[in-house]
Amino acid sequence: MRDWRFWVAEQRGTLLAFGIFVVMFIIYVSNHPAGFNSNVVQTASNKAVLLAFVAMAQTLIVTTAGIDLSVGMIFTLTNCLASWIVIGAPLETAFGVMGVLATGAACGAVNGAIVIFGRLQPIVATIATGAIYFGIALALRPYPGGGVNEDLAEALTGKIFGIIPASLVVLAAVVLIVWVPYSRSALGRAAYAVGSSEVAAYMSGLPIRRAKFLAYTLSGLLASIGGLFLTFFTYTGEAALVSGNNYTLFSIAAVVLGGVSLYGGTGSAIGAIFGALAFRTIGDLLFVFDFDPLWQPLFQGVVLMLAVSLGALALLRVRNRLEWFR
Amino acid sequence: MSDATSTQNGRGLLELVRRTDPAVAMAFACIVVLLLVGSLYSANFLSPAYLLQQLKVASFLGVIATGMMLVILLGHIDLSVPWVVTTGAMMACAASSFGTLGVALAIPFGILCGVLLGLINGFGVAYMRIPAMIVTLATNAVAQGLMVVYSGGFSPVDFASPPMRYLATAFTIPGVPNAVIVWAVIGAAVVFLLTRTTFGRAIYGIGNRETAVYLSGIDTRRVVMTAFAIAGGLFAFGGVLLAGYASKAAQSMGDDYLLPAIAAVVLGGTSILGGRGSYLGTIAGVILITLLQSILSVMQVPEFGRQIIYGVVIVTMLLLYGRSPKVTS
Amino acid sequence: MSAATPLFRMEGVSKRYGGVRALEKADLTVEGGRIHAILGENGAGKSTLIKIMAGVVAPDEGRMSMEGREVAFDSPAAANRAGIVCIFQELSLIPDLSVADNIMISDPPRRFGLIDRAAQRRLAKEALARAGADEIHPASLVKDLPLSRRQMVEIAKALARKPRILILDEATSALTAADVTKVFAVLKRLREEGLALLYISHRMHEIAELADECTVFRNGRYVATYKAGTKSDNEVVEMMIGREYSHIFPDKPATISSEQAPVLECRNLSWFGRLRDISLSVRAGEVVGLGGLDGQGQRELLLALFGVLRGSSGKILVDGEPTSISSPSQAKDAKIGMALIPEDRKTEGLMLPMTVRENLSFAALDRVSRGGVVDRTEEVRLIDEMIKLLAIRTGGLDLPVGSLSGGNQQKVVIAKWLMNKPRIILLNDPTRGIDVGTKQELYQLLRKLAEGGAAIVFYSTDYDELIGCCDRVLVFYDGAIKRELAGDEITERNLVASALNIQEEGVGA
Repeated sequence: MRDWRFWVAEQRGTLLAFGIFVVMFIIYVSNHPAGFNSNVVQTASNKAVLLAFVAMAQTLIVTTAGIDLSVGMIFTLTNCLASWIVIGAPLETAFGVMGVLATGAACGAVNGAIVIFGRLQPIVATIATGAIYFGIALALRPYPGGGVNEDLAEALTGKIFGIIPASLVVLAAVVLIVWVPYSRSALGRAAYAVGSSEVAAYMSGLPIRRAKFLAYTLSGLLASIGGLFLTFFTYTGEAALVSGNNYTLFSIAAVVLGGVSLYGGTGSAIGAIFGALAFRTIGDLLFVFDFDPLWQPLFQGVVLMLAVSLGALALLRVRNRLEWFR
Repeated sequence: MSDATSTQNGRGLLELVRRTDPAVAMAFACIVVLLLVGSLYSANFLSPAYLLQQLKVASFLGVIATGMMLVILLGHIDLSVPWVVTTGAMMACAASSFGTLGVALAIPFGILCGVLLGLINGFGVAYMRIPAMIVTLATNAVAQGLMVVYSGGFSPVDFASPPMRYLATAFTIPGVPNAVIVWAVIGAAVVFLLTRTTFGRAIYGIGNRETAVYLSGIDTRRVVMTAFAIAGGLFAFGGVLLAGYASKAAQSMGDDYLLPAIAAVVLGGTSILGGRGSYLGTIAGVILITLLQSILSVMQVPEFGRQIIYGVVIVTMLLLYGRSPKVTS
Repeated sequence: MSAATPLFRMEGVSKRYGGVRALEKADLTVEGGRIHAILGENGAGKSTLIKIMAGVVAPDEGRMSMEGREVAFDSPAAANRAGIVCIFQELSLIPDLSVADNIMISDPPRRFGLIDRAAQRRLAKEALARAGADEIHPASLVKDLPLSRRQMVEIAKALARKPRILILDEATSALTAADVTKVFAVLKRLREEGLALLYISHRMHEIAELADECTVFRNGRYVATYKAGTKSDNEVVEMMIGREYSHIFPDKPATISSEQAPVLECRNLSWFGRLRDISLSVRAGEVVGLGGLDGQGQRELLLALFGVLRGSSGKILVDGEPTSISSPSQAKDAKIGMALIPEDRKTEGLMLPMTVRENLSFAALDRVSRGGVVDRTEEVRLIDEMIKLLAIRTGGLDLPVGSLSGGNQQKVVIAKWLMNKPRIILLNDPTRGIDVGTKQELYQLLRKLAEGGAAIVFYSTDYDELIGCCDRVLVFYDGAIKRELAGDEITERNLVASALNIQEEGVGA
């Protein structure tokens, strides 16, 4: 059937990211001193899942041909907020969780409003809003501290049936509940259309503003899930500028590794997740091969450079040099 | 929208007014506003000594923002500022410890390291057609890796050379900090480059429509790569100056300069999409950002407040003059 | 359909852009079951008219009504809901989405609130069949399709909206001959079904075949409506330009002796099936035309000569020397001395926001600079020379070139290259979208340049131009040169016959 071939063509990026991740993970696990057991997988998963959520958030914006430089700050802000309110009796905790998620969504909505109605370029608008969100995070937590509902934290960072990391399950659940319905909805498709060609989307009569607004709001929501999880892992809230910035920049790397085009219109959050997982595994590989930790940043940088250069291979097939220019 | 590149010498004031980019005018107006606000908090604020001090601090950001402006004019972005700045600083300091030859060559060596990193960026963007955002991110990571290996994970220990300190802190002309003179010289050179050379024309053209420039028979790839290399050199030079100012390099000294550099360029009226913008605007943007940061510290606003106000001010100013046109056919 | 109330009527509609009156008190009446052609020069107001009808822009004054009821559209979606659908030149397709997604983009079938992909594919298949394009697979991505397929998808998409009025804006310009036949059959069938069709084109033979009635616009004003076939081509053109008109082409010189060595030659030039074994030669002083239907390789040939294409096989010789040209900067170099007037001036020839002055010197920066520094006086001198030579009309040299009219913009593109004093001039459909006055000026200019010793290769989609300007015409079909016509052989009949790959009567194989 020719149909599956079209599906493959459409999902090129995601499949490649999946492949890269699987290869890296196999290398990692087969060389890990403890071998392939559930603890190894759990630790790896917990670290990677945080970046995966932020990468998903970034994907939503990138597919609309934008970029969100505040996504790491929403992550940080919700972390600090969670360390205040996700605490206490089950009902209070539940409200706390909802409050955190609502805050993330609100941050995303503010980004969206400025970009859509203010007609500002996303890259500059989100530099500014990122500073605002970080300021709020800093106001909430000038010093690291706070706490979190420990039962909930343990449950969500532990293992289900003793084998499967709960964080992966939550990730999968978020994909099924948030990403899949979004990508198959008319508004979600409109968001892709906007990223692919905003002019054509307008001429086709698509609800451009609503689609973008939904994308930005959901993006904030996803980043806040990541922030929530950070609180579950660390049991504290911390407004660390470097960490927030790193998550933003790594999310861009994860998104590119995941086959999402920075020009918009193609790519899936699932690919970005694999990109995030692969990115995290790169760092772990060094530990496994007993490299001097001193060399880790350089190794990570070089691997990132090689990975993004892979796309340049397509250049060899270019026959009309005008295709170099978009 | 006319841009300052076509201003001919000797035209009247009226002509100047007609051609002034509204964004640049806005930026200078905001500077005036900030100066007034600052003077409300401290009588010292408008004193020449304090203003020159501000200019000195602005010079470091100014040199870095100059490089960023070149890249943004092309329609690209450079996220490798943090570690190219640090590399320039650390390598210059490292060279300083190699005797007299080292001291003499410290500054050029630091700049050279930046140029090499910029060449990597430029090659990736121009020849491998990888989006600038991601190439420069990768270069940033590689530069960080190299510096971590070099410093053994410890804070850099080498000291800045006397020439570095001289450039950053001394006063050749009484009252005017050297750093300001350095920025002025670089600024003049870049203005000349952008307005009077074929290279500068090509930069504006590429930012507007690279296809048309290519079909006009210009080697656009070489222009782009060279621009990134110059930018890298300027970032590293900024790091060299910063190291001279602090007498030594520091691990995360470049982190605080990436976003302000981008903001300064954009607030100065340069379009983030490329092809439009004047250096005068960048100067205004740099001074604006520096003043803003210093007012916030004079007012003793706590850090969280500073971040929020910083962000709000940038958004507000962009809403005033940085808006894109509506999308129709 | 009631004879009293027309399906659609536009009365007194005006639209201004800044100081320019794009449309002034325009009237239009559209009836169902008829194909209505709209004619006019560029700038006559046709596109503004359609944009207003299709809801893309709002009029400044006037009213529109459908079946007697007044209507106003604030977006393309609103016009669609009223049953007015416009087919643009592939402007409304989303490249990264599939054909099925594109066809059902505005109102996809849903299941549980999400898009029902199976139903969507089914409906897309139906729409494609209705448009006569059933060989296009609904799951293929639009960006992977060639231009003519994309146009068919655009047509299918319009039909899926179940329109009552279908507007086609130069919709067939990118189609292959076979597709054009299919589309015409579809349009005629839709007319039988009661659809009202508005057809904008300046190809007289298409209008002659399709239209029931024609309306002419000029300078934003309504001129006349007449039944198709009741006016001669010249009369129609006169209505379009408002003055007496006759084809004015400069005299052609006596044929250049074929003993003269060619300036430009190519032998067995091939490129991935789009160019197949092309061999030609051009001598100094010759104007060689490239004819044939759109998309048969003419554009690719020009790009290949100019160094833009990679991987071509065969030889290119300049002044008899084999030369390998791998970039435009090499092609324009004085040793070769080529110039290319590109296909789309807005995206390939000009930087619209930059000033006229800056655009003009772009290809000749080496001539006006020394050591990389621009010599302002020399630049101004050369620019003034060019402006006089081409009679470029502009409000000021420091205005953005985007503010010039289409004809003057094209003059800037040509002037830009003439500053370099090229010996070989390649032109890629240079008079597309240009007013008649400027076209005449360009024809004179081309002949003058040829007389000055330039070798000119001229691709045009307009038969009259090929007949009037060229010493020889090479007719392309499917990437190869089907026939070479010289001198008196260049007639419309020969051009059309070779273009469609029909054997000429009485001429051997």
